[in-house]
Amino acid sequence: MKKGAKKGGEKSVRNLFCELPWLAMPAKAVSTSPTWKRFLTPFVIPFLILLITGIAVAAEPSPQEVIAHAARKVVKLYGAGGLSSLEGYQSGILVAPDGRIITVASTVLDSDEIDCVLDDGRRFVAKLVGIDPRRELAVLQIEAADLPAFAVMPEDEPSPPGTRIIALSNMFGVAVGDERVTAQRGVVAARVPLEARRGAAEAPFRGSVYVLDCTTNNPGSPGGAVINARGRLIGMLGKELRSTDSGIWLNYALPASELVAGSEAILTGTVATTPAADAPRFDPRLLGAILMPDLLDRTPPFVESIAPASPAARAGLRPDDLVIAVGPRSVTTRAAVEQALGVLAPGDPVKMTVIRAGTLVEIDLGPRPRGATP
Amino acid sequence: MIFSLLTPFGGTGALRSCLLTPCDCLRLAILAAVVLIAPRAVAIDVDPAVLEAEAKRVAVIERASATAVAIFAGDSGGGSGVLVSPDGYALTNFHVVEPAGVAMTGGLSDGRLYDAVLVGLDPTGDVALVKLLGRDDFPFAVLADSDAVEQGDWCFAAGNPFLLATDLVPSISAGIVSGTHRYQFPAGTILEYADCIQVDAAINPGNSGGGLFDAAGRIIGVNGRASFEKRGRVNVGAGYAISSNQLRNFLGCLKGGRLCDHATLGATVASAADGRVVISDILESSDAWRRGLRIDDEIVSLAGRPVRTVNAFKNVLGTLPSGWQVPIVYRRNGRREEALVRLAGVHTQAELAAIVGRGAEPPDGPREDGTPRERGPGPGRKPGPARELPEAVRAVYEARPGFTNYHFNVVERDRVSRGIAAARGTAGKGPWVLEGKLDEGGEFRIEVSDSVAVIDLPTGTSELDTTGELDASPVPPGSGGMLAALVVWRRLVNDGPAAVGRTTYLGTAPVDPRQIDPAGGDLVDVLETAVAGIEARVAVDLRGQIVRVDLWTSPDADPCELRITPAKAGETAGLPQRFDVWRGAERFGTFLIDGGTLGGAAP
Repeated sequence: MKKGAKKGGEKSVRNLFCELPWLAMPAKAVSTSPTWKRFLTPFVIPFLILLITGIAVAAEPSPQEVIAHAARKVVKLYGAGGLSSLEGYQSGILVAPDGRIITVASTVLDSDEIDCVLDDGRRFVAKLVGIDPRRELAVLQIEAADLPAFAVMPEDEPSPPGTRIIALSNMFGVAVGDERVTAQRGVVAARVPLEARRGAAEAPFRGSVYVLDCTTNNPGSPGGAVINARGRLIGMLGKELRSTDSGIWLNYALPASELVAGSEAILTGTVATTPAADAPRFDPRLLGAILMPDLLDRTPPFVESIAPASPAARAGLRPDDLVIAVGPRSVTTRAAVEQALGVLAPGDPVKMTVIRAGTLVEIDLGPRPRGATP
Repeated sequence: MIFSLLTPFGGTGALRSCLLTPCDCLRLAILAAVVLIAPRAVAIDVDPAVLEAEAKRVAVIERASATAVAIFAGDSGGGSGVLVSPDGYALTNFHVVEPAGVAMTGGLSDGRLYDAVLVGLDPTGDVALVKLLGRDDFPFAVLADSDAVEQGDWCFAAGNPFLLATDLVPSISAGIVSGTHRYQFPAGTILEYADCIQVDAAINPGNSGGGLFDAAGRIIGVNGRASFEKRGRVNVGAGYAISSNQLRNFLGCLKGGRLCDHATLGATVASAADGRVVISDILESSDAWRRGLRIDDEIVSLAGRPVRTVNAFKNVLGTLPSGWQVPIVYRRNGRREEALVRLAGVHTQAELAAIVGRGAEPPDGPREDGTPRERGPGPGRKPGPARELPEAVRAVYEARPGFTNYHFNVVERDRVSRGIAAARGTAGKGPWVLEGKLDEGGEFRIEVSDSVAVIDLPTGTSELDTTGELDASPVPPGSGGMLAALVVWRRLVNDGPAAVGRTTYLGTAPVDPRQIDPAGGDLVDVLETAVAGIEARVAVDLRGQIVRVDLWTSPDADPCELRITPAKAGETAGLPQRFDVWRGAERFGTFLIDGGTLGGAAP
């Protein structure tokens, strides 16, 4: 109680509006000009009231309190990975007291056991409910009750550039057990359509994202929560992606509205988990590789025949080869091969890994031609 | 306002920029036109609270800037430091000073360069203490209580990133505390960042060793490490600072010119399947073993801090100096047990000397400029003729095995000596006599002279010839050497530490290990003495009164612990109120003193 009292009162207001340099925005300026006055009156008066009541009754929580409250709703996730550039961990956001979690759909989730560690250190095995491949969003479930959780709802209006944010994530896996996730401060820099790629692959999401002035593009950050100064969830930190134009790593978050749409789509079953129905595909016949007819739901990608004098023939692909990877993506079905080829841009090098007589063989098929959808 | 936004982009100059598209140029032209026709003098009323906070922040940063040291280690790069006393002591990182060796140059924001000398090293904690020379009125910052730091607190770093401070004015980067009580793994056995503070203030190569300050301008940590990944060695939003509470624990040892070591319990711990932290292995030679700890015991708390994870255990231990005695609470078969354990060192002195001689690669680290460095003379290497020490530095440097700079050990020992002499006052050098009652029942009488020490107890009388070796018989029986402890105490008071065997300054320790103040409000000086076959550690409080003597007659046995409750404040050279004598976990006796003399009046 004593601590809370200390944090409230004068300190909370000063912290929120004054002490932090990124909070001292010129928006609090008052002008003598009547036009300015008209514009500012609805803002300044509530602000002053807030300031006064804040000092009197500590209505506004301090940034420390906002963080302490929100960080309890961010979880640490551990799954597949651990290789050089593929971390086996990321973050997640509790969105319902019964243990529903949203996070990014990534290779971390390609695991039979996804371990979820709560803020209090409790450890659960999370079940993958489903994936929205377009938003690269995943919903997980743990068997728990009465957990602190964010209310995820679309924002009344987008948070404008300059909005102060706190990003909460387990970046670099710094926090373990009951240690609290990392808090970073920043501002919304822009809300723009995502144009990004991962390696040679274009990011499937093309909608608007928050670009953040905050270095969130770090291992472990994906799936972290982005909150505003009042502790409301405004977005989720996305995958590690680079800008298509400049190649620089993007600090961005998927807005709350997309989180709502994506998780609703997953929970109502309106998105196919794998393969993604709307993902672009590329027919391997255009490379000269004729695969086994796609008769089953999960037809294994065996090569049936090779067109003579084709890229596949020149590269040494042979009938009865089983394709297990296209570039860095592992594939288990014929559809997945077409998708994996589909995310490559025309001209991107096509590399396949196949199993031939029990051994792995790497095949370099050269640049991907411009192609038609199968 | 619009105008001020445009200015940084170069005003009309921006129109010439080839990076801008024609469309952008058009927009800028319209904006410029708007600015030109808009009323120029717009009076802006800013809330006084905002202005006041801004002014306060500017003042705090200015004060902190004055305490920031730009450390130049000759050809081998450099880094940052922060002044913690008016006589020029500055904290920095081991990995910053290590290539420099004994002498370096420190620049302050006043634009002046000062000779600086290496004082103490703590390679395990990546800490070094240097002293700027030539002034006794340096600006300095105080160490805050880092346990009071909260996630979300505003903070800032002052330092010399990328060695940009050619005018010696530090760069300031502000942010928030991203996490507290973080654990960052060591490289081998050194450069461990335990219980550190994580910040999103930019920590870049060259910030190493600089101060991390709170909103009031107090030091909450020393920056030294950052998480780097895919974008090269630049800040990506996760820097780490050694906590001020850890720094304070080691400051005494560092000031004593020592090669400081961190503590180990002599046991390893692991997480049990149910999440408990249990002992997975334990050395039978450790004090923890002697106090009864065994494999599978659950650690509940250490040094007064709860231990719920292996990281928490390492966080507590990593902030403690070798040799401290701390409380441990453990659970066995559901029963809660408590003990005081004496912590051993992670390294031997030979290992530490080898580490210091070999040098440190930065931990994930902000290493200054990244270029290969020539190594100057270090404490493990004799200062060679290749680099002569500056005159001012030579006067305050003395090489000695086991020390970083023995000169400063003498300085600290002499400081403590002066305190002891002041507390002694004008007392004479005659025999000491102490009489009173034992709390356990019965009376006692102690007499210690230059030739003999005698104690009368209800169980009998014991005597020790004080002219010879003191380890001959640890008397009275069961005490582990209480009479010898009294003899050492009297000699230190009467003759002064410099005249008693080999006495050095060891550092600081909590006055009462059963109740440790994490903010270090209870630290007292500790001397180490080897004389007449015994070894002793002697704690001296701020008033110059000896409050504890731990005496070993054999290095492998439990020492005699003579805990002294000194005279009440104001009673110069007054009699102590009581002795509590312990050996291991056993209380030997409680002596309530009601009469006697400490040498009588001056002759």
